Amino acid sequence: MLEQLAHFYAVYGSVINFIGINALMALSLNVTLAAGMLSLSNAAFAGLGGYAAGILTLHFKMPYVVSLCGGALVAGIVGLLLGLPVLRLRGVFLAMATLAFGEVVRIAAVNLDITGGAEGLTGIPNVTKTWMIYLALAGAAYFMANLRRSRMGWALVSMREDETAAACLGIHITYYKVAAFTVGAMMAGLAGGMYAHLNYLITPRDFGFFVAVDLLIYNIVGGTRVWYGPILGAVLITALPEILRGAGVTAGPIRMGVNGLILLMVILFLPNGLASVFAWVRPAAVKAKTT
Amino acid sequence: MNLLAQQLVNGLFIGSVYGLFAVGYTLVFGVLDILNLAHAAVFTLGGLVALWLVQTAGMSIWLAFPLATLFAGLLGLLLNQVAFAPLRKRADSQFSGLISSIAMAIIFEAVAMGVFGARSVRFPQGTVSVHIWHIAGVTITSLQVGIVLVAALLMVILTLFIQRTRIGKAIRAVAESERAAMLLGVNVNGIIASTFFISSALGGAAGILYGLYFDALAPDMGRSIELKGLAVIILGGMGSIPGAILGGLAFGLSEVLTVAITGTSNLRDAVAFTMLFAILLIRPSGLLGRGKMREA
Repeated sequence: MLEQLAHFYAVYGSVINFIGINALMALSLNVTLAAGMLSLSNAAFAGLGGYAAGILTLHFKMPYVVSLCGGALVAGIVGLLLGLPVLRLRGVFLAMATLAFGEVVRIAAVNLDITGGAEGLTGIPNVTKTWMIYLALAGAAYFMANLRRSRMGWALVSMREDETAAACLGIHITYYKVAAFTVGAMMAGLAGGMYAHLNYLITPRDFGFFVAVDLLIYNIVGGTRVWYGPILGAVLITALPEILRGAGVTAGPIRMGVNGLILLMVILFLPNGLASVFAWVRPAAVKAKTT
Repeated sequence: MNLLAQQLVNGLFIGSVYGLFAVGYTLVFGVLDILNLAHAAVFTLGGLVALWLVQTAGMSIWLAFPLATLFAGLLGLLLNQVAFAPLRKRADSQFSGLISSIAMAIIFEAVAMGVFGARSVRFPQGTVSVHIWHIAGVTITSLQVGIVLVAALLMVILTLFIQRTRIGKAIRAVAESERAAMLLGVNVNGIIASTFFISSALGGAAGILYGLYFDALAPDMGRSIELKGLAVIILGGMGSIPGAILGGLAFGLSEVLTVAITGTSNLRDAVAFTMLFAILLIRPSGLLGRGKMREA
């Protein structure tokens, strides 16, 4: 049994690692989605965190933990500075502004020397272990699960439902928006730092437009309303290519098409994501929560 | 000086293709307040189908162009039927529509890859006979002139259609208020479907022109224009057709000028996206947008 587990890990270890990191990034996006903000800059925050952590390790010879914290901190500070002007925008406009910010970050990474240009930052020691990723994920999940029941969590939910009404109830909209934005940025920055120390290198492509869209897909497929939704989405979508390979679907157009079809089916038939499947299984518990 | 003039002319050509692409984007957004992220995939398929018609079916480009444009329009109908219509009643249709259009984009790209292969392909030599003119030191090809003329013609037809015809009027009514339009007896679902048809047909036409201009077509070519199209419609104001045209030209010009001034292509997109970011902060409704759009 143990032997089989070890074999499974040897084969799928890297997929398991990336599932954890993607889930962490998906959760970071969920902080802002919970408040009804469609922000797409979390991939860029992860990139910032990854680059900052990588630079701290390579150029300043910092220990791993310090680099990770530094990466999260840099992402958080940038998130704070970006959040203040950007959060006046709503809906698609916020999405566009944050996407544009992500592109600016990517282009900066391509053009700066300290980030290693288009080839990226190479030779980052591979020190992230699977248990570290899942420890961070567990911490983030614990935070998100509790956030829902906290004062801030209720403030975010009420802002999502009706911002004007929330403001009338005395909720400090700007404060909570910027707070959510910053917390999400730090979480993404942490994930980015772990990614950089797992993958040996980090390139501008790793956190571009399509990664930003992927994070949104994880959230919608999994379900945005419960803390485990984004994790479910990240697990399924990240593992899907492997599952399809196991099912004999070869790489290329067919696998890509099946990927798209599954995404389409989920969005059409599971409006609240995969998490709603669990809600069917135990409707009583969910009813108790919503009433 | 000549170099600058040449760059300005080049920017005009590529800008008119961006404008044509963005007009379709902004049309759907204006009517439904939803971003159709599969627009770039329709753009790609339009170009590839035109290529197939020319190369395999042996048609002249003059016949292939309208046929492929029509095909792209039909893809728009399919898109509406599969990805948007079922979600319209949902409260979060802005989010879910975004995702379902991404799903359709992935499926379209997979189909393009399966049918046409993953490699970059090009129109056969002599598809369009090319004359080269030198005017005051600026080189212009008949292909470039043709692209601008076709793009301009399509945009004029679209503007007249939206302004003058009954369907155009209904489209504007639905954009203003779906509910009020329905009460006035407008067939809202039909109007939305025709909006998708027009939008996608224009996107497909832009794809054909793009493929002719750059002499290369690939299943993933839509990806590079996807973000640019978004930048263009924000620059011009979401939902504004003249805004999208102007925004496309401005974007094309800013691209070539950045390259001309900095001497490298690395910063090409940086200027555009920094500008976009600044516009969103200072004037979120864009250059020609309607004031209320910020709340959307």
